[in-house]
Amino acid sequence: MDNNNEIRIGFYICHCGSNIAGMVDVADVAQYVEKLPGVALSRHYKYMCSDPGQELIQQDIKDHKLNRVVVASCSPLLHEHTFRQATEKGGLNPFFFHMVNIREHDSWVHTDRQAATEKAKALASAAIQRVAYHKPLEMKKVPIHPDVLVVGGGIAGIHAALTLANAGKKVYLVERDPTIGGHMARFDKTFPTLDCAACILTPKMSAVGSNPNITLWSYSEVAEVKGYVGNYKVTVRRKPRYVHEDLCVGCQECIKACVYKEPKFPDEFNEGLGKRKPIYIPFPQATPQVVLIDPETCLQLKLGKCKQTCVAACADRQAIDFHQKEELKQIDVGTIILATGFKTFDAKRLAAYGYGVHQNVYTALEVERLVNASGPTGGEVVLRDGQKPKAIGIIHCVGSRDEKTNRWCSRVCCMYSLKLAHLLKEHSDPATEIYNFYIDMRTPGKGYDEFYDKLLDEGVHFIRGRVGEVTDWAFTPEEEGKLVMRVEDTLAGYVRRIPVDMVVLATGLEPHTDAQAVRRMFNMSCGSEGFFLERHPKLAPVSTFTDGVFIAGCCQGPKDIPDTVAQAGAAAAEAMALIDKKYIEQEPNTAFVDETDCSGCKSCVPLCPYSAISFVEDKKKAVINEALCKGCGTCVAACPSGSIHQNLFEDEEIFKEIEGVLAYD
Amino acid sequence: MTNGEWTPRIVAFFCNWCTYTAADLAGVSRLKYAANVRIIRVMCSGRVDPQFILEAFAKGADGVLIGGCHPNDCHYSEGNYKMLRRFQLLRRMLPEMGIENDRLRLEWISAAEGEKVKWAINDMVEKVQALGSLGMPGRFQDWDQEMKSLEQKMTTPEEKEVAYAH
Ligand SMILES: Cc1cc2nc3c(=O)[nH]c(=O)nc-3n(C[C@H](O)[C@H](O)[C@H](O)COP(=O)(O)OP(=O)(O)OC[C@H]3O[C@@H](n4cnc5c(N)ncnc54)[C@H](O)[C@@H]3O)c2cc1C
Ligand code: FES
Repeated sequence: MDNNNEIRIGFYICHCGSNIAGMVDVADVAQYVEKLPGVALSRHYKYMCSDPGQELIQQDIKDHKLNRVVVASCSPLLHEHTFRQATEKGGLNPFFFHMVNIREHDSWVHTDRQAATEKAKALASAAIQRVAYHKPLEMKKVPIHPDVLVVGGGIAGIHAALTLANAGKKVYLVERDPTIGGHMARFDKTFPTLDCAACILTPKMSAVGSNPNITLWSYSEVAEVKGYVGNYKVTVRRKPRYVHEDLCVGCQECIKACVYKEPKFPDEFNEGLGKRKPIYIPFPQATPQVVLIDPETCLQLKLGKCKQTCVAACADRQAIDFHQKEELKQIDVGTIILATGFKTFDAKRLAAYGYGVHQNVYTALEVERLVNASGPTGGEVVLRDGQKPKAIGIIHCVGSRDEKTNRWCSRVCCMYSLKLAHLLKEHSDPATEIYNFYIDMRTPGKGYDEFYDKLLDEGVHFIRGRVGEVTDWAFTPEEEGKLVMRVEDTLAGYVRRIPVDMVVLATGLEPHTDAQAVRRMFNMSCGSEGFFLERHPKLAPVSTFTDGVFIAGCCQGPKDIPDTVAQAGAAAAEAMALIDKKYIEQEPNTAFVDETDCSGCKSCVPLCPYSAISFVEDKKKAVINEALCKGCGTCVAACPSGSIHQNLFEDEEIFKEIEGVLAYD
Repeated sequence: MTNGEWTPRIVAFFCNWCTYTAADLAGVSRLKYAANVRIIRVMCSGRVDPQFILEAFAKGADGVLIGGCHPNDCHYSEGNYKMLRRFQLLRRMLPEMGIENDRLRLEWISAAEGEKVKWAINDMVEKVQALGSLGMPGRFQDWDQEMKSLEQKMTTPEEKEVAYAH
């Protein structure tokens, strides 16, 4: 700082094009600030965050011997870092800077230019008063543990884990289901290229299984997360499969030998359309290739009485263990990627479509299994009543774009409906009529609209209108024994009744029911729809508000596979950037005790959620462990003697801000 | 004061992780709300010292709004509960000082609730507008005057002592 400690503040107000200048009289604010005590210079400039804007600050610091900088522009969450850097490049400690938010909190939210300008003056004067009290500080450096946890083994989790593992990072991949693969493993083909889902997914799945850098824990869940960026301590709960993973070779002799000669229980992987035995493997390419036993249906586990033919078949491999217990594993990781995906809308919530009432009403996921060569019908479209449909109606946007259910567009339903229309046609009698009922066709994406054009040429019918009802109440002889779809055809302008044999509901994408519990465990936020919230919708789409925790795929919002994979790669890259830097810089906003004033009352000690405060008996003073303090400031506010201080949020600084915002009227 | 008509001045303390971000979101979404609130950023609502609130009133605020994460959602686990307790204590004290309850408000606003920022601010401005100016700085001046004139009337130390004892 300059000799004789004179405060010399440089004030800059940004036009942000017309974003700010359109609603705030920037010249007037600059003029007002110029006269405030301590202000050496006050300017307005078109784009402060641009290179010339930043250089202006640097030059002024030198030319005008500034020792404090205030920039009034957008949110500090966006550009505080930029201007701190500029301040530092100008030769000052970066914390001799303060930022005023007059865009998000002012020009964008107000309509009265005079009021907005007054508010900008008040906020600027608060910053001017505050910045004089700023102290030189240094960023806190936290080392990063190099291992990564990936939660969820859908295509997002698989891609992220492989990217990291291929770069030499150690990855724990935790998947709730017995196998990885997620939704994609259930599809027959993928739009718009119609490449076979298994052909592109299963090589990646087995690569996960065989990669020495990946520890795959399927049938497992995260039970607890402690710590912070760089040093997370995670507990994973491994549910018992009643089969030892390291001993099972995946020969499936046990399944053949099960006392149930025929599969008898609804098969989860086939959406209940097929059957499985109590000992099973979800599907042929499941990863890991390890069978599991369902305790709800296995006679030995349920009743304690069975011939245990499976154990005999397993023979000297001895992989089956009816006494296996849940296991808790502790791991240390530095970064976490959440890729927990989505669930589909529960079609029963829309009673008018008769799902669960009329047996020939299907969800799209069920149809994915029906048209799949390895599915319950071997790829033949055979209805629950054994018939082959001659007319099929596909309803788009089920549980999407609707005030009564979910307001958002699920982004993939139009496209997968087109795909299913194509596949249903391919797998049925060529004379089968297929109707798509849509609100608008949403086909943005590479090759997507072309795919729509192709379907138009394939003789699929498109009817614009939201179906009101699916009913088996026949009005005419042709409707007898059919499902009738009642719809207002908004292009033709009248209400139609279309009899079909099969109805497919293109159910939308929703957050998991446990999304709130999961986000709490990882200290994240959810958007109003319940999907995990990204740090910034445009500039930090895979980061969260918790450092070191990233999100990828449909857990962040509905999206297709290409976007999911892109996000997974981005999340892996973000994690790697942290790992390879070896440390992360954190705000130095920690609290500290001024021992001269501390009376040793201990009231702060129990307040700290991180146990960072301890009491030194011989000195009778409290001390704060800086490495553990995360900077919430709760102890500072509670200290009765005012002896706890918080860097960047000192009492005087905030008092000055209060005075400042009220100084102008 | 805009166009001569009196409008309240409200100081807000928003936590960095939820409510401040929600106010940013309101901006990005171009929601429109009353221009009477000046937001001060703190890392957590738990940082809001009751003194900040009293100081704001003393320096001329007509209302104080505190915004934090929803219960269970505080970025630091429980700072918002600490704030809630202080808030409840203050709500018992403030009316004793002639500060109506509607002038102090605590809202839980998550990072996704830009709409709630708009609603909370507009609703609070409306309520405080109805209460009128709090005018603490003016009241302090009056009290100072009163004290001074009393002191002037009193000449001996004994007289002063008797006066202050009441
Ligand atoms: C019927 C239908 C057809 C589709 N067809 C196509 C298509 O043809 N082309 C296309 O591009 N897109 C298609 N999509 C979209 C596609 O499904 C998604 O883009 C993709 O599956 C998203 O992958 P994900 O990994 O994010 O989520 P998911 O596939 O849902 O995987 C998430 C994984 O995380 C696991 N998990 C969840 N919670 C936890 C937890 N708490 N702990 C541990 N593990 C957990 C789940 O078990 C699952 O394995 C379709 C969607 C639907 C519904
Ligand atoms: S961080 Fe928002 S209230 Fe604690």
